[in-house]
Formats: sequence, structure tokens, C-alpha cells
Amino acid sequence: MISRLHRHLLWSALGMLALATAAHAKDTGMAFVSSEKDNALAVIDVKTLAIAGTIPTCKRPRHMQFLPDGTTLMVACGDSNRADLVDVAARKVVGNIPLGDDPEAFDLSPDGKLAYVSNEEDGALNVVDLASKKIIKSIPVGKEPEGVKTSPDGSRVYVTSEVANMVHVIDPTAGKVVKNIQVGKRPRRFALSADGSELWVSNELGASISIISTRDLAVVQTINFEVKGMRPDDITPVGLTLARDGKTMFVALGRASHVAFVDVASRKTNNLVLVGKRAWNVALNRDGSRLYVANGLSDDVTVIDIAQAKAIKTVPVGRVPYMVVVDD
Amino acid sequence: MTERIRRPAGRILVAAIALCVLPLHAATLTVGVLSRADDERLDSRQVELAYLGHPGGAPAQAVGVAIKESQFELDAADLKIKIETATARDAADARAQMQRLEKAGAVGIVLDLPADWIARAAPAIKIALFNAGEPDDVLRAGQCLPNLLHTYPSERMRADALAQTLAVRRWSKVLVLHGTTADDTTRLATVQASIKRFGLKPVAVRPFKISADPRERDLANPLLLTANLDYDVVWVVDTDGEFARQLPYRISLPRPVVGDGGLFAVAWAPNFERFGAPQLARRFQRGLGRPMTGHDWAAWIATKAILQAALDKAMTPAAQLKALVQPGFTLDGFKGVRLSFRAWDRQLRQPLLLTDGQGVIGLAPAEGILHPTNVLDTLGADAPEGLCKTR
Repeated sequence: MISRLHRHLLWSALGMLALATAAHAKDTGMAFVSSEKDNALAVIDVKTLAIAGTIPTCKRPRHMQFLPDGTTLMVACGDSNRADLVDVAARKVVGNIPLGDDPEAFDLSPDGKLAYVSNEEDGALNVVDLASKKIIKSIPVGKEPEGVKTSPDGSRVYVTSEVANMVHVIDPTAGKVVKNIQVGKRPRRFALSADGSELWVSNELGASISIISTRDLAVVQTINFEVKGMRPDDITPVGLTLARDGKTMFVALGRASHVAFVDVASRKTNNLVLVGKRAWNVALNRDGSRLYVANGLSDDVTVIDIAQAKAIKTVPVGRVPYMVVVDD
Repeated sequence: MTERIRRPAGRILVAAIALCVLPLHAATLTVGVLSRADDERLDSRQVELAYLGHPGGAPAQAVGVAIKESQFELDAADLKIKIETATARDAADARAQMQRLEKAGAVGIVLDLPADWIARAAPAIKIALFNAGEPDDVLRAGQCLPNLLHTYPSERMRADALAQTLAVRRWSKVLVLHGTTADDTTRLATVQASIKRFGLKPVAVRPFKISADPRERDLANPLLLTANLDYDVVWVVDTDGEFARQLPYRISLPRPVVGDGGLFAVAWAPNFERFGAPQLARRFQRGLGRPMTGHDWAAWIATKAILQAALDKAMTPAAQLKALVQPGFTLDGFKGVRLSFRAWDRQLRQPLLLTDGQGVIGLAPAEGILHPTNVLDTLGADAPEGLCKTR
């Protein structure tokens, strides 16, 4: 297993080209959905949008991300204090990595060697060496860290703290917080603009997005959401992802049961698409034509056709779906 | 002292001291906590019974959890927090202790005191007082005060939460069983009003009595008390909790029990699984070695309110009070929505958890219940009722 992982990491050392090639080489044509209550991933066939099976995992799987090989899905499990490594082609767990107490989300270093993991229980960002499977650093942050994002050059790691209402800017080499940026209430998740100059942060109880300038490390703008027929208190944005063309940000509005299509340049919401209850994390397919939305309260995934800004199907999945990764 | 500060020279002096001192030393904020001396509710035998809706420990414990949880932000703002705890033996003592804490510079006091002590002591105090343990609606109505904020849900909020739930389920025929203590009588009236408000039908209202007199034994017999009637649900009012705990599954019809037995509406339950609640519940359990109760939640959120206002630069008692009741001042109570203090009676609007003690079955406001401005205001006294006259 370790040698296999090493091989994967070697692949990643070849850079983004290798990543793209590897990902193309092993398309499963499936979408994977982590389900907090079922200790399993639901597998959706992206052609038929039907359930193709389930993959048992460690307990309370939440955040998922492909390793640079494009075939191994790393799945962080809050109640097992580890990540399982899922071979998506074989649809089974082929290894695991300890992540520390109550891991929620993570991001990888650009070289794919390190995982930066938010540990809710400890109020820490753990740095995990994937090859040796060791936690090599634990950096204290505000309570209940959640979203993690590595800057493209790897020099910074951004982490939200849901309790401190801050984004911590961390220098991963020095292993310390270099700046705390106050954002809205209960900040959750991140997305970077196409040129990397803006970091968007969803504020679940702020009903807003804080836009941070990555140069100045300060909030430059706040986008407040409005949904007709919904009250501000019902708008709880969480998951967000940038369209492949970089022009639109897709933001799941939580209890408001809609996904907002926000024009990045004008900050205006151009479309609102009705989805399931407590729309949570969002994920794009490869060509960026479809958006998959995990609905945490209705236990399903809504698939949106982006060009038409319309939900085309809702697929029942496991209980309390958290995140979707599409491998089409 | 205030006279002196008002004089220009005094003001300049104070400003000069502030300028010299602030960059060197962290500002310190004092939070007062006042609870009852020799609290019978916290006797170890009583706590072991773990009746839902009863406290599990002293409020200062939850205050400590809130401060610890906020340590990162407090450090970043160079703000130190001092907890000043006190206990009171009666209403007069409560007033003396509140005055002492006020004089000691507390920006606010978290209270876990009986309603009549609060009613008699609070009018003498100017700083923010947080009622974190007393559900009596009179403190939010006739006895309300501009500086008396309530983080513990009122009795009426609890009754409304259950009544809405029954209304949405269409379990409309309600048999009410109630105790006969003074508290039971007050709470019975609140329950009956909620039953009426949500269009339920009380089919009968029957007293029970736990008695030392063997001739009265039938008055606590669940089968006899619930016989010869048709009803969808039994609603039991039992402040003490002993009778209600034994009621479910022992009544004459196969019907659910709600109120102080069966299904409860509470401010917090340690096994709540949504909205980040497990993290808070675990922090509490890990720190104090006991589960977090509704009383703990109320003391915890009161402290969070003080800290949040302080982090927003409200450092004096007057500034605190002003900040707390601003319409934009919202709190994250780990219940999935923003919480804020109602302008009309200073009650913290909040969802309530419906639980049987094993798990959280649902939340109130119930789905389908509507309100013209904020659905949370379907729980408890609403603005148009005008029950609190002094603002």
C-alpha cells in the first residue's frame, strides 16, 4: 500500500499535467457522495443518474478529494479520526491515514505530499504527511475549524473557524497563523477566483459571502443574498465552487434550498435554482455543464444543468449527504 | 465617581490614562454569575435523576465553557475575561450581590435565580442581567425590565413548541394531567393557553396527586386518570417530574405523552446531532464530565452574547446593553439559525428541541407554522400582545 502511495506521489511530482493525464486515464463515469450517517459513499452513474452502488467507509465520512493520481479518493471520517483511501475503480477502501481528532475538511499541498486537515474537536489545523502517514504539525486555530484551502503556490493555507468567525491565514512552513481575518458569522467554505486574487468565503449564519483579497489579506466586499419568498434567516450559504470558465460562482444557500449563480465580475446573482433541503456542498462535472448539489436534510443529490439553470434530476442517496465528487 | 468623570478635566485625565495603559495591558472584562446558595436542585441525588428541563450543574461552569471556547478571538483582541461568581440566599441577598457585582465593574450578570428573587432584585440594577434559568413568563411580561434579558426559554415558548407540534401532527384531542403545586397551577394555565392558541381540543383536565395518604393512592394511578375518555395525546404538567416520568406506556390507551414526560420541548439536549451541536456538546462533556442541559445552554449563550458584544468593542455596561438589543445583533447558538433578543421583552428568540431524552425527535417552530416576520416569534409572547410595558 505504501509503495503504491509513493508511486502516486511520484506521479504528482510531475505536476498538473500528470494529474490531468492520470484523471483522464481512469474515468469511472461515477459520482461519489459521502453520507455522514451511513458510513458509506453512494455511487451515482452520471449517465443514467441512477444509484450504481455504495462503498462502505470509515465512520461519518465528510470531506473528499482525489489524490493526484486521480484514482484514489481520500475520504475524511469525523468519527474514525482518519481518512480512508478509496480506489474508485475497484470501489473499495485500499488504505487509510490517521488525521487526528474529529477531522472535517482538508486540502492538499500543491505537490500532493501533505494534507492540511481541520480538526473540529481540537481547534487545530493538522499537517499530515501522506507518505509516512504521520501528523507532522498541529497548528492551533479558533474553535471548530472547517473549510481549508491551499493557495495555488502552496505558501498559504486558509482555514475558517466557525466559532471565532475568522479566516486564519497560515504559513504552513513556519506552522503558524500569520493573520486572522474577521468575516461573517459561522464561516464555512472557500473558493478561489480564476486568477487567485480573490478568496470567497461562505458565511452560513451571516447569509453572505466575504470576498478576501489574497494580496491584502482583507475583506474587500461582502455579498448578501436575497431569495424571493425567503427570509434572511433562512439563507445559510455553505458550499461554493467556481464555474469552469471562471465567470460564475455557484453557492448553495442551505436552508433556503436554492443554489445561487453569482456573476463573479458584477457580484450579482443571475439565477437561483431550486434544489433539495439544506443544500450543502456543490461539485462540478469535468466539462462544467452540470452541478451536483448534496442536500443534507432531504437525503438526496440534485443535478443541475448549468446552461439552462435548471434542476434536471434529484437522486436519493444515503442519510445526511455531505459532499459530492464527480469522476466522469 | 461619575460626577468627576463628567467634568472636562476628569475626562481628559481618564483619556490620558487609557492612552497610556491600553497598548501595554490587555483590557479586562468582568462577567458576573449569580446563582442560589445551597441549591437543592443541584443535590447529587436530584441531579442523578436527570429530569429533562432541570439543571445539571452551576451556571458558572457553562460560563467557563463559553469563555474557553472563545479564547482564540479573545487573545487576538487582547481581551481578558474575569468571572466573578456569587451566590444568594434570598431576594434581598440577591439584590445585595447584584449591587456588589455591579460595583465591582461587571458588564453583565448571568443569573440562575427564582423568578420572585429576580423580580425583586433586578429593578435596583442598571447593568445587563441575563436570566439563564427561570422560565416564568411574568419576568417577560408584568415584571419585565429594559436590562433584564432572557436566554432561557419561557414556559410559554415551551408550551407553544409542543402545541404546534401536536397541531401539525393533527393530534388535536388532548387530555391534560397536572400537579397541584403553585408552579404547576401557573404552568397549567400557560399550557391551556397554548392548547387554545393552536386550536387543539382539551378533552379533559385532571389533577393528579402524589400523596402520603394511602386513601389518596388512586389520585396518582395512571390507568384510572386516563380511563373512560378518548384522546390523541396526554399532556402532563409536573414541575417536580416524578409522576410524569412514570406516565408513558402506563396510560389506558396506546397514546403518546408530552409535556414534562414523554416528549419535552427544551432549550438544549446533549444528543442533538445537527448544526454543529455535537461539537459543543462534546466540548462541554469533556470539560465538565457531565452532559449539557438547557440551563447550561442558556448560561453559555448569555456569556457568548457578552463576549460577542465586547469583541464588537462594547466594553462598558451601557455599551453592552445597547449592543445586545440592536436589531442586527445575532448569535450563533448551534441551533442552525441566527438568534437575537426580542425588542419587546428581551427574550432570546430560539428554536426549541423536542426530545424524549434519548434523541432529538424534531425542532420547533414546527414545519408549516407561519409568522408575518420571524417564525421563531411563534414561540412565546409576540410583540402585538404588548405584555411588557417598560422597554
